Amino acid sequence: MPWPGTKGTRVADASSGGVQIHPMEQFTIHPLFGGHTLHWYTVTNQTLWMAIAVLVIFSLLVLGTSARAMVPGRMQSVGELAYNFVRDMIEDVAGKDGMAFFPYIVTIFMFIVTCNFLALIPFSFSVMAQFAITGVMAIAVFLTVTITGFIRHGGGFLKLFWVSAAPAPLRPVLAVIELLSYFVRPVSHSIRLGGNMMAGHAVFEVFAGFAVVALISPVSVLAIAGMYALEIIVAFVQAYVFTILTVVYLKDALHPGH
Amino acid sequence: MATEAVQAAAGAAAEAASKGGMPQLDFSTYANQIFWLAVALVLVFLIVSKLALPRIGGILSERKNTIERDIAAAEELKAKAVSAEAAYNQALADARAEALRIVGETRAAIQKDLDAATAVADREIAAKSAESEKRIGEIRDQAVAAVTEVAHETAGDIVAALGGTADAAAIKAAVDSRLKG
Repeated sequence: MPWPGTKGTRVADASSGGVQIHPMEQFTIHPLFGGHTLHWYTVTNQTLWMAIAVLVIFSLLVLGTSARAMVPGRMQSVGELAYNFVRDMIEDVAGKDGMAFFPYIVTIFMFIVTCNFLALIPFSFSVMAQFAITGVMAIAVFLTVTITGFIRHGGGFLKLFWVSAAPAPLRPVLAVIELLSYFVRPVSHSIRLGGNMMAGHAVFEVFAGFAVVALISPVSVLAIAGMYALEIIVAFVQAYVFTILTVVYLKDALHPGH
Repeated sequence: MATEAVQAAAGAAAEAASKGGMPQLDFSTYANQIFWLAVALVLVFLIVSKLALPRIGGILSERKNTIERDIAAAEELKAKAVSAEAAYNQALADARAEALRIVGETRAAIQKDLDAATAVADREIAAKSAESEKRIGEIRDQAVAAVTEVAHETAGDIVAALGGTADAAAIKAAVDSRLKG
């Protein structure tokens, strides 16, 4: 959420005489330490915010719990809350044997939720608004689920696509539909998160752009405040949705068949 | 020179295209993004699986054990309190019975002493009243004797004053008969 009038955002271009809003410019990835070439190893603004996210997760889950207090303090409470939240989610949806994936799911949840909240800091960068990021994570989940399914059940995993509850003539048709929907999962999984984050931050930018016009600016500022409250909810909800969908897909791998 | 100009123009065009659309769809950044994402995710996974989860799990199970232990201890103490209360009530009942018994004994002893003392007092009172009655009787007899004496003399004197000579024995008999009447 870059602030209006900063380097990343040309809000109003006086020379052109009108309000120019570039809501998408905040998502540009550029090398952090100057230069114009972007190698695969170049440290970028996105690298910086992912590193901050890793540090925040480390402080919260490791430094925050270092006291191992019987009566937890604030930081430790948040860590325990996250632990119980994800554990209950896995146990409720995927069952006890889903707990083998506990660290995997916690990693996904903590990384998304931390990146989303960090993106709400002014001048920061929304990591989860990048489809490369959400796409890779969704594909990773898809591959994990598929491989786990075949390892656990072999060919039996294919029963997931064979709706035995349906009338026999319908089953081949349903199998095609199920198969298609299975392969569409990573797409919807990643676009849902990336799209939500992108849209929220782009709307911030649009309202911020209008804030330079004296007549509209009070409305615009109020709208940004309201949007901010909404985005706080969205930041958590989208992380939750991505995580619980991961767990639901995992349940399919662990317990195929309807 | 010419190739440089072409390259510059192509670069500018690519930049303009990415600026106008969605920078997220600039595939030239994908390798970089995916590389750093992988690094970040591996780091988070190591933090979570090696440090955070074992520690938080340990804290939670330790707390659960402590709570269970404390609840067990509390129940034990409660049972002790209940038995202590029963013992206390028993002791209280015993003490009350003992107190009643002592009160009864004391009352009986006091009653005995009281009865003895009353008997002694009664005897003394009876002796004293008998003595008193005796003395009163004596005093009355003396008084009667004195009165009789006085009456005899007075009667004799009256008879003498009236000019008669009185036989002392006759007068005495007359006065005695009058006094009896």
